[in-house]
Amino acid sequence: MSAHEETVVHHDIGESPEGAERLIAKPAAPEAKAGLQLRHFVFVALLVLAFVLPAFTKNFVVFQLTQTMVYAIAIVGLNLLTGFNGQFSLGHSAFYAVGAYTAAILMEQAGLSYVWTLPVAGIICFILGFLFGLPALRLEGVYLALATFALAAATPQILKLSPLEHWTGGVQGIVITKPDAPFGLPLNQDQWLYYFTLIVGLILYLAARNLVTSRTGRALMAIRDNPIAARSMGVNTSLYKASAFGLSAFYTGVAGALGAIIVQFVAPDSFTLTLSIGFLVGLVVGGVGWLPGALFGGAFLLFVPNIAENVSKGLSGAVYGLLLIAIIYVMPSGLAGFLQLIVSKVRGK
Amino acid sequence: MSKLLEVKNLRASYGQVRVLHGLNFSLEEGGVTTLLGANGAGKTTTLRAICGMVKCSGEILFEGKNILGKSTEDVARLGVAHIPEGRGTFTRMTVEENLQLGAISRRDTQNIPKDIDKMFDHFPRLKQRRTQQAGTLSGGEQQMLAIARALMLRPRLMLLDEPSFGLAPLVVKEMFEILTALNREEKASMLIVEQNAALALGIADEAYLLETGSIVMSGPAKQIGADENVRRSYLGY
Repeated sequence: MSAHEETVVHHDIGESPEGAERLIAKPAAPEAKAGLQLRHFVFVALLVLAFVLPAFTKNFVVFQLTQTMVYAIAIVGLNLLTGFNGQFSLGHSAFYAVGAYTAAILMEQAGLSYVWTLPVAGIICFILGFLFGLPALRLEGVYLALATFALAAATPQILKLSPLEHWTGGVQGIVITKPDAPFGLPLNQDQWLYYFTLIVGLILYLAARNLVTSRTGRALMAIRDNPIAARSMGVNTSLYKASAFGLSAFYTGVAGALGAIIVQFVAPDSFTLTLSIGFLVGLVVGGVGWLPGALFGGAFLLFVPNIAENVSKGLSGAVYGLLLIAIIYVMPSGLAGFLQLIVSKVRGK
Repeated sequence: MSKLLEVKNLRASYGQVRVLHGLNFSLEEGGVTTLLGANGAGKTTTLRAICGMVKCSGEILFEGKNILGKSTEDVARLGVAHIPEGRGTFTRMTVEENLQLGAISRRDTQNIPKDIDKMFDHFPRLKQRRTQQAGTLSGGEQQMLAIARALMLRPRLMLLDEPSFGLAPLVVKEMFEILTALNREEKASMLIVEQNAALALGIADEAYLLETGSIVMSGPAKQIGADENVRRSYLGY
């Protein structure tokens, strides 16, 4: 996605804020009250850090952080589907693409403000995701993975189709004008988009958090853990599963729209299967079923390929593979499980 | 007493293999009915047919309305709670979350906490384990959790599939005492499928004997328990 090459600082930015929250976030019920207050404190502290950060970093780093958050939003979406509802998807690059193209077409051809492209992209993707989720109800596990794989494989080609070229720009794609900061705020475009993404991401993150702790969230997890038992308690699994697909696509679509706006460009080959797999990798290294892990996953998705390239230009793929294996070896259940282990070790002593 | 459930000419098959050959039986409101039979007689299939988990033909009247062909979740919403063999515990959730899940289709959300407390009164052991992950409970505790969770639906009818399965004799005894109490206090009608015929006949009002997909004997539980053939084949004395 990112047109830029160099890698800087990333690790302590991508990992430490959420990492710290995780350390506090997991204490068990006995100290729930104290833990809750501490967790809120850490959350606020991280938020303050996130707000002041652009003042101290280079524009390019600001851009990278924004891209990390955009990926994180998509991974939160995938997590709602895979981590909380147990449905696999290799097709999320398609929803990301639809979101990105929706934003690009609405901005460049319909002259819509970038702000309004986000809900439109989200709603379009929700509908597409819901409709795709309905036939997918009959598919489980690897079969669902294959069906979604087909979606990812088809998307770039559909975007290149000549009948659609008038809208999509065909192979050329669409160039987007970067929006300026509103209300005369003293921010450059990158900084403004950072804050914009931060706010959108925060809203989406909190909404996802509320969802998974609600009755609806419990129903989603019940379907994941034991669909038959869930049905015999009156849970309409078809409706929930299709809605989970729609909601997941909504998040990914909004992320796609944001991604298009910050990169200022959409083209079919940015949205291949590789991106889908990237989301899945980000989900797994962050922790399946743990929402804050998305930020780590997003950072991984953005920075690790660059690191690999810095190590060896010719063998970057192999280096990436080794790094991935190393991380999975050290943290078999992602950052979530890793931090949980540390917490339990510290508490044990 | 009125009929809560009436099953007429129920047939079901798995692929080419017919499992139920036209069952007829009925359940009294507020009563405990047991369905006895050996392995493969079709007991579990009968329960699954009632809650819409297998394709079948015939008629299943619940409170006079045909529920055959309805989806599992719709049958549950009518007040039929199925406690499957193997319990269907949500292992990664806590005991309390499991109970909340049991009430997930209820609209009167304000009464749910009260009902959870009531379940903890019936099952004090679950109260001790309130915040524990359900997967870490013992087999007996998980079965109790399954029953409590089913009660959270405020069911009109409970379908219990082998509640004694894999449990120690003492635990089984405790479980059946609780079931008797629940039938009395919560006015929950029950259809219990059991291999342990002596236990099931002990708490049931009515009993049906199922052999290879057909009902071969029916009547008051006491009468069935006294039958010589039943005693020899199912009670073992």
